[in-house]
Amino acid sequence: MADEPVIDVCDVSFAYGAAPVLEDVSFQVGPHELICMVGPNGGGKTTLVRLLLGLLRPGRGRIRVLGRPPERARLRVGYMPQHVDHDPQFPVTALDIVLMGRLGRGGLRKALGWYDRADRRAALEALDMVDMTPAARQTYATLSGGQRQRVLIARALCGGPELLLLDEPTANVDALGESRLMDILKRLSRRMSVVTVSHDLGLVSDLVERVICVNRRVVVHPTSHMTGQVFEDLYGAKQRVVEHGEVTPGGPGDG
Amino acid sequence: MAEFLEALRDPHFPLLRYALAAGLLASVAFGIVGCYVVTRRISYIAAAVSHCVLGGIGAGLYLQTVVGLAWCDPLYGAIGAALAAAVAIGLISLYARQREDTVISAIWTIGMAAGLLFLYKTPGYAEPMVYLFGDILYLTAHDLWLIAGLDVLIVVLALGLYNKFLAICFDEEFARLRGVRAEWLYVLLLCLTALCVVLMVRVVGIVMVIALLTLPAAMAGQLTRQLWQMMLVAVLMCMVFVTAGLALSFILDLPTGPVIVSLAAVGYLLAAVAGRVRLRRVG
Repeated sequence: MADEPVIDVCDVSFAYGAAPVLEDVSFQVGPHELICMVGPNGGGKTTLVRLLLGLLRPGRGRIRVLGRPPERARLRVGYMPQHVDHDPQFPVTALDIVLMGRLGRGGLRKALGWYDRADRRAALEALDMVDMTPAARQTYATLSGGQRQRVLIARALCGGPELLLLDEPTANVDALGESRLMDILKRLSRRMSVVTVSHDLGLVSDLVERVICVNRRVVVHPTSHMTGQVFEDLYGAKQRVVEHGEVTPGGPGDG
Repeated sequence: MAEFLEALRDPHFPLLRYALAAGLLASVAFGIVGCYVVTRRISYIAAAVSHCVLGGIGAGLYLQTVVGLAWCDPLYGAIGAALAAAVAIGLISLYARQREDTVISAIWTIGMAAGLLFLYKTPGYAEPMVYLFGDILYLTAHDLWLIAGLDVLIVVLALGLYNKFLAICFDEEFARLRGVRAEWLYVLLLCLTALCVVLMVRVVGIVMVIALLTLPAAMAGQLTRQLWQMMLVAVLMCMVFVTAGLALSFILDLPTGPVIVSLAAVGYLLAAVAGRVRLRRVG
């Protein structure tokens, strides 16, 4: 079943109380696809991610992740949250954090949360994948925004996921850090499906094959079709399209 | 100082030895659990739990003296009330949609009110001050065994589940996605906190015990880079404060609990100032 979709969302609607956030959403993501979800803040991107993780349940419709209901696929999904609301003085090293990605179920050792040599090796490999090996013993609080983001990606990678979900991986990252991150994601997509969320459309253009535009409704575009008109429809305001194909939002929906 | 050491060795005066033993034993649990409480930022909730313990102490004394259950030591009542309060407050803070602080404050005061009423209705020497602010004169060898047993239980659970506690303190949602039962661990952490309070009821009292739980951990957090190091330093700090506080209160003839807590507060302030100065130099 090599071609079974990794993500299969079918007619999903979701509302917080009476306020609809997503309506009639349907799309699929295949194995080894690198895909970006874009849309204005408040458009429902993060809600969609939380639905895919099984942290929220759809009001209507059906979601399958790796062929299962989302909450039963979690251990095979690597997730990087937008930010971690941690105590700024939290005494924890990069390696400590990455190891958290090895927590799981099964056996007494796992039940107690004890790590073994294989866990440590996997954590170091994950740090290596995001070029963070030199900072393994550094305290999280002393890392830069981009370095922290990469540590959190390593934590998501550490459990050997088949699907990587990254919520705003380029928030708090400078331009250099961003291009580095893109290289890493490109490399990772050879081994697993990667879905990134971004309000930053510049990120999209030359990296991914398809873009999932989320603004209450969802429209999937091949990147080659991303025109000024598409963004105008998405963000509801005139967008500035830069000559060399890079697209920069300038509307009120951008944040 | 010499008279303190002399008194410690005096075979006819075991109280000081008991107090020191209780304090040093409790320091191990306090340092470890305190670090979780500080990094998980639940000091307020821990304080609510600790105050509810008075209700259990009062009930224990009442059952022992008035109802005539001779075996019912006030510390047993304290353990029961502490665990009940921890579970109740834990569930409220997890599932109450709004105004959780109002409900928690209410439980905090209800626990204390119940305790004071029980104490009032218990004839004899049941003096609330003894439990609120601690008094080592009431320490018995039996208490010491109870403290040692609880101490072992707390330390085994707190260290055995170290990685899981670390994960929920740092990023609870991620831990849950990795199959960690975060809600259970959170309630367990509050129960461990509650048992810590019982350890030091006799020495520091329930009102001030929270300072001894959080201040050494907060100090240690400024000096260390990993949680286990923070715990180690917090345990040592706690031992220093307890020992120095006992000695000072003995020499100056002052109540022990307030002296221990004042020392911890001074230590914390010094560490905070030193941390600021160091940051400024680096920046």
